[in-house]
Amino acid sequence: MGLLSKKDAKLITDPLADNNPITIQVLGICSALAITAELEASIVMSISVLFVMGVGNVVISLMRNIIPSKIRIIAQLIVVATLVIIVDLVLKAFAYELSKTLSVFVGLIITNCIIMGRFEAFALGNGPWRSFLDGIGNAAGYAVILIIVGFFRELLGSGTLLGIPILGDPIEKTGLYSIGYENNGFMLLSPMALIVVGIIIWVQRTRNKDLVED
Amino acid sequence: MEKRTDKNSYTIIFAIVMVLVVGTLLAGLASSLKPRISENQRLEKQQNILYAMGINNNDDTSANFIATENAEKLFTENVEEQMVLTSKDGKLVSQMTRQEYMDANNGQEPYLIDVKKQKSNAKNGEGRQLPLFIGKSKDGNTVYVAPIYGKGLWDAIWGYVAMDKNMVVQGAYFDHKGETPGLGANIKQRYFMDDFIGEHLLSADGAFKGITVAKGNADPKNNDKTDNEVDAIAGATITGDGVSAMIKSDLRLYKPYFDNLKN
Repeated sequence: MGLLSKKDAKLITDPLADNNPITIQVLGICSALAITAELEASIVMSISVLFVMGVGNVVISLMRNIIPSKIRIIAQLIVVATLVIIVDLVLKAFAYELSKTLSVFVGLIITNCIIMGRFEAFALGNGPWRSFLDGIGNAAGYAVILIIVGFFRELLGSGTLLGIPILGDPIEKTGLYSIGYENNGFMLLSPMALIVVGIIIWVQRTRNKDLVED
Repeated sequence: MEKRTDKNSYTIIFAIVMVLVVGTLLAGLASSLKPRISENQRLEKQQNILYAMGINNNDDTSANFIATENAEKLFTENVEEQMVLTSKDGKLVSQMTRQEYMDANNGQEPYLIDVKKQKSNAKNGEGRQLPLFIGKSKDGNTVYVAPIYGKGLWDAIWGYVAMDKNMVVQGAYFDHKGETPGLGANIKQRYFMDDFIGEHLLSADGAFKGITVAKGNADPKNNDKTDNEVDAIAGATITGDGVSAMIKSDLRLYKPYFDNLKN
């Protein structure tokens, strides 16, 4: 790779699979349950987290030598909360429609443990560029799982993807529904998100035995 | 050796400086953007009311407002009168025209009345001001639009319902502050809002019954418009109950006005 050294590239590729924040580190589960009933919401959340993680990791990394260790968690919390509020205010003033779509995600972003986790584990001990890559990598790893879960929950739960009917019309009984297929309403409830995440973890650990703990 | 940043004095100073910097930054940003934000919210109210009246940019499946830059103009053109009714203990005690209301309230337009505040006034035993917007729908029929306000699963939900003089719904718009995306948040989806169109708020004998968001009412296509029921959203029971509740509690208060209208 010309652009990134091997070590830097690993910062992005690791969290996508073998060190995935959701399936391996088991962080960010709460938001993965809350907003994956539809694919669109998963994608919007992924983009928001990508932004906050990238910028937040750089800010924390730049401040790493002046943050007192005794209050570092509070300092991190303030940085992420400030970032999110600034984005929210600016969107409300200049892109009102978009801000209404995103409003429910604001609270979820602040409480996302992946963000705090990466601030604590990586940005406090590394330079801004590497922290930026780490932030992007972990957010992308989070995004991959969110989108997979959102895909299956919307497809099996509502028979649509991004709101577009895929399997036919359940009321008019066209497409798959004409041969007796029914949407599984269970998929829309949060326990099924946990089960889908569980299946992803199972598949991942069956393929890579190194990930299995004794 | 102890690091400089481990000292108590440094920690305290850092905390104070950080709070001051962040506080000033956010306060400054919030107050400088406030005029733009409240202007956006004002135009959104106009778009909401026009949406309920059927004046919107809907395509086949999604709900779209008219363009923000046209909101002011279309609102002035289409909303012919903004009444303010005052209700106390379920009875109408007075009614004002737009001009009378504005003269009494430093020129504030009736559509900016805070429904939440009026609702808590009513709880405290005071009179509740009920705005009612009268205008022509897309088809040229006279419609009466009333705001409603209630609570969903996580936070506030609200909306605007357009009715004809027999309290048959002609259009509805719902919105929410923080319902779950993909579940309760779907009350602002077209398929849910459109279900209310044509639905009767009164029962067959003319008493106020409201509209219930019902599970398993054996009418998912909503062919029966007089059953006072629409089909619920799966996984959004509490948000749906909130919609039923705010329709029942808020639109009931307008019933005496429509009774007077008939006589």
